[in-house]
Amino acid sequence: MPMPSEIKRISDTVWELPTSYKEGMQVPARIFATEKLMHEMDAGVFDQVTNVACLPGIVKYAYCMPDGHWGYGFPIGGTAAMDPEKGVISPGGIGFDINCGMRLVLTNLTYDEVKPRLHQLVDRLYYRVPAGVGSHGFVKVSHDEFCRVVEQGSRWCQHHGYAWPEDLAMTEEGGCFEGADASKITVKAIERGYNQLGTLGSGNHYLEIQVAKPGNIFDEETARAFGITLPDQVVVMFHCGSRGFGHQVATDYLQTFLAVMERKYGIRVGDRELACAPFRSREGQDYFAAMKCAVNMAFANRQVILHRIREVFADVFSRDPTDLGMNMVYDVAHNTAKLEKHLVDGQKRELLMHRKGATRAFGPGMEGLPECYRETGQPVIIGGSMETGSYLLAGVKSGDQSFYTTAHGSGRTMSRHQAKRQFRGEKLQREMEARGIYVKSVSWGGLAEEAGAAYKNIDEVVEATELAGLSRRVVKLVPIGNVKG
Amino acid sequence: MPYRYLEDIALADAAFEAWGTTVEEMFIAAADATMNVMVEELATIHRDREIRLEVEHDALDILLFKFLNELIFYKDAERLLLRVESVTITRHPSLFTLHSVACGEELNPARHALSADVKAVTLHRFKVEQTEEGWKATVILDI
Repeated sequence: MPMPSEIKRISDTVWELPTSYKEGMQVPARIFATEKLMHEMDAGVFDQVTNVACLPGIVKYAYCMPDGHWGYGFPIGGTAAMDPEKGVISPGGIGFDINCGMRLVLTNLTYDEVKPRLHQLVDRLYYRVPAGVGSHGFVKVSHDEFCRVVEQGSRWCQHHGYAWPEDLAMTEEGGCFEGADASKITVKAIERGYNQLGTLGSGNHYLEIQVAKPGNIFDEETARAFGITLPDQVVVMFHCGSRGFGHQVATDYLQTFLAVMERKYGIRVGDRELACAPFRSREGQDYFAAMKCAVNMAFANRQVILHRIREVFADVFSRDPTDLGMNMVYDVAHNTAKLEKHLVDGQKRELLMHRKGATRAFGPGMEGLPECYRETGQPVIIGGSMETGSYLLAGVKSGDQSFYTTAHGSGRTMSRHQAKRQFRGEKLQREMEARGIYVKSVSWGGLAEEAGAAYKNIDEVVEATELAGLSRRVVKLVPIGNVKG
Repeated sequence: MPYRYLEDIALADAAFEAWGTTVEEMFIAAADATMNVMVEELATIHRDREIRLEVEHDALDILLFKFLNELIFYKDAERLLLRVESVTITRHPSLFTLHSVACGEELNPARHALSADVKAVTLHRFKVEQTEEGWKATVILDI
């Protein structure tokens, strides 16, 4: 895809579209990418990131990360800081899957210890962590109890025996966004999601058993601080979000904003998916409180899934999960809006950070990080395709240029239908098994859609984040077992 | 089948065009296109349960948006896979009302080859238009 001719190269990895590119742009748009990745960006990215630059109250730049691709509203990889007093909040800047995120869990097992039981492990995980279209979870709650889940997030899980106390400290915001208000969510959202606690979902959501090979450690000291201490250590990574509940919250408020945006607030946007309202308006605050419920549902979802993973490992290895060292490295969200304090032209300001398919990546010493990561910077979990591997990165000081935000995954380069035509799920499963990756999926079609060749090269994406100074590589993790929705 | 999937936009998601001679036919086609993203063979959905769907809005395109969202809601809330059998749209002075009958059954992975889950209907490039042949909708679903 040819880049727009107006694009300016600011450095090797920073590209800028000026405000003259599109009428209404309040700020320039900045894309972080190597030249190769820039050429792989689809046309939607340039159009969408400059639509974001038109939103009222946007501060400094509209950003797109190196894994950016065509989304809806914001591009995937889109990031925007809004002035909370003059700016807007937009569900299109967060995504329907509110608090879709990644969680990484350690074990003290090595590949040699896991290999003989890999099939058993993956098969059990497949049955114990439901995945796929319309799946219902194992945690049964009433509507009223579900409201407590969404107001309390991981804290609810801890009260009900689904969390170790230290899990919460290793979750962004302690696994609970303060201010979640269940009176701001619809009955429809509750009905859609109350029975999905403990489910993975589908699409690119997965649960993976991975290995940290000695040759894939980029920074041994930080890897040790993150708990990667053994050669060929086995870890578990999973990717999922707030399920139908979050999708319904976003759908409900998209319609609320559409009804008032222009008529009541006089705001026009280039794409209706960017429907928004002033952050300080009643509608803006209602959505913020409802969105936090979905954020907390996703934290709780990942927490109860972790509980199940620990149970499965304990069963298969006949050892207690504490004895297996199944501690969390971190849980990080990549579809949220939150208030954070950042320096803007030397002044500390509160900003409403929209991140859609983009990960918070706090640098060393920043507030909000657990004590054990104060020196290293925040662990950042980047999920690659099921064939190629994933990464554990760390936040860096120079992340201030994107308000401490980095990539979230590989980014697709092939449509789902094209992938389904090009690959066959059954054949892909056999080929992957021959390469030492045992994958089990609810759907052959869904498996084919997620073939590694449908994605950008994850190595190039994370390298670009490092070259751009958004985050740095710590460990590459390669898959050996995968459960796909 | 009166719909086709679009491959050159929104790579990570599922985009389609659906059409019909009448607006009602187009709504039924869009419903099937949405369901066909999740279920590979629509003919495998049995007619075990009947659901009545009712939505209203002052804009025809948002009426389609709300209608498709109903199908997605039932898929999660009751694990129902639905095929729309009839749609009646009534135009009032400043409102469209839709009454629809959909039939289907609870999803059963043993019989239904399931594909990607649809999270939501997006409004990105969402369009309902009258053409020379009838009506056409362009929809991008979030996967």
